[in-house]
This record gives sequence, structure tokens and C-alpha cells, in this order.
Amino acid sequence: MREMVSFTLKGAGYEVFNATDGVEALAFARANDVDLVITDINMPNMDGFTLIKELRKLPSYKFTPILTLTTEDSSEKKNMGKVAGATGWIVKPFDPDSLLQTVRRVL
Amino acid sequence: MAVNLDLSQFHEIFFEESREGLEAMESGLLNLDVGVPDPEVVNTVFRAAHSIKGAAGTFGFTNISQFTHVLESILDDVRSRKRGVTQELVDVLLQSVDGLRYMLDCAKSGAQADEDRVAAILEKLQNLPVEQQPRPAGWLIRFSPKPHLLQAGNDPYRLFRELKALGNLLITPDLSRLPGIDEKEFDPENCYLGWDLLLQSDAGIEQIREIFAWVEGDCDLDINLSGERRQMVERRRRRDDEPAELETGGKGQEQASIRVNIDKIDTLINLVGELVISQSILSHAVTEHDHDHDRTGRLKEIVELLEKNTWGLQEQAMRIRMQSIDITFQRLPRLVRDLCRSLDKQAELEISGGSTEVDKTVLEKITDPLVHLIRNAVDHGIETPGERKAAGKPESGLIEVSAFQEGGKIIIKIKDDGAGLDPGKILVKARENGLISDTEELSMGQIHDLIFLPGFSTATKVSDVSGRGVGMDVVKRNINDLGGSIELVSEQGKGSAFTIKLPLTLAIMDGQLIRVGKEILIVPVLAIVESTQIRKQLLSAVAGKTEVYRFRDEYIPLLRLDKAYGISSELKDITDGLLIVVDTGQQRVGLLADEILSQQQVVIKSLEANFQQVPGLAGATVLGDGTVAMIIDVPGLMRHCKGITAAHTAGNAAPLP
Repeated sequence: MREMVSFTLKGAGYEVFNATDGVEALAFARANDVDLVITDINMPNMDGFTLIKELRKLPSYKFTPILTLTTEDSSEKKNMGKVAGATGWIVKPFDPDSLLQTVRRVL
Repeated sequence: MAVNLDLSQFHEIFFEESREGLEAMESGLLNLDVGVPDPEVVNTVFRAAHSIKGAAGTFGFTNISQFTHVLESILDDVRSRKRGVTQELVDVLLQSVDGLRYMLDCAKSGAQADEDRVAAILEKLQNLPVEQQPRPAGWLIRFSPKPHLLQAGNDPYRLFRELKALGNLLITPDLSRLPGIDEKEFDPENCYLGWDLLLQSDAGIEQIREIFAWVEGDCDLDINLSGERRQMVERRRRRDDEPAELETGGKGQEQASIRVNIDKIDTLINLVGELVISQSILSHAVTEHDHDHDRTGRLKEIVELLEKNTWGLQEQAMRIRMQSIDITFQRLPRLVRDLCRSLDKQAELEISGGSTEVDKTVLEKITDPLVHLIRNAVDHGIETPGERKAAGKPESGLIEVSAFQEGGKIIIKIKDDGAGLDPGKILVKARENGLISDTEELSMGQIHDLIFLPGFSTATKVSDVSGRGVGMDVVKRNINDLGGSIELVSEQGKGSAFTIKLPLTLAIMDGQLIRVGKEILIVPVLAIVESTQIRKQLLSAVAGKTEVYRFRDEYIPLLRLDKAYGISSELKDITDGLLIVVDTGQQRVGLLADEILSQQQVVIKSLEANFQQVPGLAGATVLGDGTVAMIIDVPGLMRHCKGITAAHTAGNAAPLP
């Protein structure tokens, strides 16, 4: 999944950084500023909700768009993401076009 | 016995108010969106027409009243949505505004209005096809975010961007929840704004909900089919009195005002001018007795206070005569629109600084030059959409007009992103007209300045637009006559920018005092280029008569002020004197004075009003010691001394040997 997102975005000309889990993502975020965060919910070491909460505590990520990857039917997870501070979500499964369309909404 | 009312004084008011009404109608019509007119704008136009009709009837201008009646009933149909707003409707309504203006002008001057002309417009009005008001297909969205909306990374702007992709979007902000900036609960990271959105689109409600999906819990959202925009606006009006004019740039607050005859104001200003002079004589007298410190100490304090108050009073008195330049600027959108239509061009006009105030007389005299420059910008500056596209520019050109105050001057800038001046064409034209010789090498600035020379007429006399026989030389002369200046910067392919500098008022000015013999003369500081000592080797005589002086890289005629005004100079040798180089607008010229004294603000007293007009003199003033000093009218003096300057009409382009 991560490779596919990364591949699609790179193909569209975006600069993409990958992290294998929440801890790695947070460490990267502390050292770098990005325009958009896309995160899965289920990840080892630190899950997506915790990552979002941690990111929102960082001054430079206060208003950064953060999108969660979620499945169509899990409205509960969408809401949990929102409560944690996510901007929106990308519904799985998706084709490259709809991914790019969603990304353009927030950039 | 019937009371014999003098109706004429009411006529004045009627004409003045009608003129304002017409301006309101015109600017309203220009703001009217085809298809979905803003009911507020329609109402404004309707009300203006209605008052003109009423007043015209009262004063017996039957033709105006009848004409306006037809106009009014059409506007009423638009207002009640019986009639839709089409481009044709707007055009014909604008023409009838012109018609009305013409009829009012005729009535004012007592002339008989040309009935055929009026009838032609009336016929167009009456034959306007009734387009049904198209049912506004669209959605009304009330979007009131909760304060924390931004903190989840959502931005209303992005939502609007997406809505805009669905169709035409009208955004009206709701500021009612905005706390005061100094209040403790104001958190800059919160969103206090709400928006009323009118989306003209055939998109389904699902598409709109989809856009707002991410902010569903973070806002109050109300989506309705439109058609009740007016009610919504009114609902909001009741809720808070904040006028919803933000998106149109604000109409400015109505301020209470009274109408006063201009003569009364001028008398007041004149008296204040006298007061300033008396005050400065008093100051001078007190300074003369300065050695007797015990007696004058207290007196000096009082005089200083008086001086402060007098200048304050004068400044305020001047302000009464000041009007916002918007009065002139308001005419420009219509002008640009009409020109674009007749020339098949596209141009946007951006106006800023309309509230800048300037003396009424300056304002009246600047209107024509300004209109001329705008005409030029559209006619010669902005290219056709095709040419622009080919040059990689947006098809629609941009003309920016701005005004602001800087020190005692008002600065007006007119900038276009058109083709700019073509130095090649200008040189060819200037050589054709004999303004320069074939071999002359000119800098880019000098080439641009050629367009201001009399006898230089721009390349093609296009249509009835620019080729009205008024050249840039007239524009420049008008501005110079006002004591101002005009500068041009142009880059081929990128556009041109004119900068006009004008004095804020014609009643006071910064003057350079100079002495010739026993007389004190005053040169307007704005006209002075430089003052320099005379070196004999730079002086020469042309044809044994006209003296010229080599000033930097050009020859300028030398004008002996003693001879021009019949004063006897005390100079034994010309090199004892000083040369004041002034710009008359047409050329530079050196004025020869015995001595240069101080610079000061002087109150201009009209010679015409107190004595008679004297060529070469702009007026007189009374100095602190009670002496009367004459103020030199630089362009006027040059015209008066034609004999001296005739040989040098194009003198500033004279080559070096």
C-alpha cells in the first residue's frame, strides 16, 4: 500500500518521504516540515491516531493537512481520525487518479 | 399675492443631485451581473432613477421626467424579477443614462434637447425584449465553521476552490461572530468567520456534501436550493447591522454633509489666507524686537501659538475645498468598458486610492488629462486579445490606476500591461515631423519624452478614440499649468506607466524666493530642476540674440528675469548671478537671478481677482515683512517670451557638437 501511494505521488511530481511506522514518521516530522501527511491507521509501534495527536502538538504541524487511509465502511475510524485531528481521509481501495484528486484538494 | 419663489437656486440643487444620481446609476449598472443581478444593486439603480423622475417632475422638466418614467418601469420589472438582466439590457440602460445626462445638460444651459436623439434611446428602451428571469439554478450554502476548523488542517479557501470548480461562486462573508481584536477571547488560530455562498451550478447536493465531508462535524452547514438569496441577505441584515459590502470593496460610510455655495468657501479661504499673512507679519515684527527679551518673551510664545493655530486653520479650510478623487475615477470603468467594446479588446481596470482628496479645481482640471491617458492605454497600450495571447500574456489586459498623497503632493499612477512604447516607431515619427535630426542619438528616456513634444502625434489616428487631435503635449501642458509634472516609464512588450504629480491645492505652494534688483520673486519649487552658478565658457549666443547656456548635455535658453519683467538688475557681471533651471513642461530654461533666498510656503493671492491678469505671473503673495512678492508662472512666462524661445521649441533635444 505504502509503495503504491508513494509511487503514484512521485509520478505526479510530488516529493515523498516514506516511514515504516508512526515512530519513524514522528521522528522525521520533528526534523522536517512537509505540506501533507498521509498515514495508515494500523501500524506497528505507533498507530495512526496516536501519530496524528503527536503531530498536532508540534507547532509546525498545527495546520498541516493530515489524511488517513481508511476503508469505505469504517465510518467509526473516519471519526476517530477526525477526533485525533486528521483533516480528512482517503478511502481504500483507490485508483491512482482518485488518490491524486484527493491530494490536490488539500494542496 | 403669490409668493414669488426663486426656483433657480433649487434648480442648482436639482442638477447637482441628479448628477450624483446618474453616477450612482452608472456605477450600479456596471456592477450588475448578467444573469444573477444582486437585488441590492438593482434597488440602488431603481431608487436613483425614481428620485430623478420625481424631482424632474416637480421642477417642470417634463421630458426628463417622462424619459425616466420609462426607464424606471423597466428597472421595476428587473427588481420584481419579471425581467432578466441581459448584456443588451445593461447596454441600453447605460445609453439611457447618457441620454439623461445629455437632457440634464441641456436643461441646465437652457438649450433645447435634440428630440430625435432622445426618442431614439426611448425607442430602444421600449423595444427591449423581455427575457424571463432565468431561474437561478444553484445552491445556497451557509457555512459556519466552528472555531477549531483550521486546527485540523482544513482551510475554507480550499473548500471554496472546490466549489468553484462546480460553477460560479459568490462568496459573502459573515463577520458577526468576529470578536474585537483587543478582546481577550480573540485567538488568532480560531476561525470566527462564516460564509454565505451562492453556487450557480447544476451540481447535485451530493457533490456539495462530498466537498464538505471532511468538515462535517466541524461546522454548521445549511445547503438549500437558491432562489431565496434576497431573504437570506435580509435575514442576516436583521441579525447584525454590519453592511455586507466586503466583497465589493465597500461603499464607504454615508457621512452627514451639507451643500455650501463654493463662493462662500472661497471667501473663507481667502480670509484665512489674509490671516496667515497677518500672522507672519506679526511674527516678523516680534522677531525684530528680539533684543528686548523681557518684553517679547511672553509675546513670542503667544505668537508661536497663533502661528500653529493659523496653519491648522488654513489646512482645515483648504480641506473644505478638497474632494475625493473618486469623483473622477468613477468615470473610468465605464470609459474602459466602452473603449474595449468598440476596439474589440479586453481590459480590466483596477482602481485604488479613490478616497485620496484633492482640491476641487485641481480635480476638475485633471479629469481630461486622466481620461486621455486611459484612452491611450486602451487604444495604444493594450493589445488585441489575439496579440496578447501570442505574446504569452493573459488575453485580458490590466490597467491600474492609483492615487495617493505624498507630502504636499498627490500622485496618480496609470499603469498598463500592454505593448509599451515602440522606440523605433517614435524615432521615425519624430524625424518625419522634424522634431529631431536624422543623426541624433537619444537615450531611451529621451525617446520616451518625445511623445510629450508638441507636433508629435501618435502613430495611427484610430477611430474616434484617441485621435481627437489632443496630443500628449496638451496633457503635459495641462498638468504643468496646474504646477504638476508627468513622467513616463515604458518597456516595450511589457507596458507603460505614467506618474502624475500634482499640488494638493492651488492656494498655497512651496516657493523659492529669489532676488532680482530690489524685487523679490518666487519660483514654484516643483518647477525647479537645479540651481547653478554661471560659468562664462558655457554661455553662448545664438543668432547674436538668444542667449543659450550649456546645461549638462543640452543647450537651454537663458532668460533674464530683469528684462522679462522690466526690473533693473544689480548684477555688474552675469557670472555674479545664479541660474535657476526650471522645467516648463515643454522644455528647460534657465532663469537668471541676482540672488537665491530662502524657501517657504506661500499663500497665493490671485492677481486676476485683485488687479488684473498679468502674463508670466501666477499671482502674488505677501511676505513676512509685509513685502509683496510676485510668483512666476513658469509656463506662462515662456509663452509670453516666445520671441526668445521660438528658436528652441525642440531645444531640449539639441545635440552636442
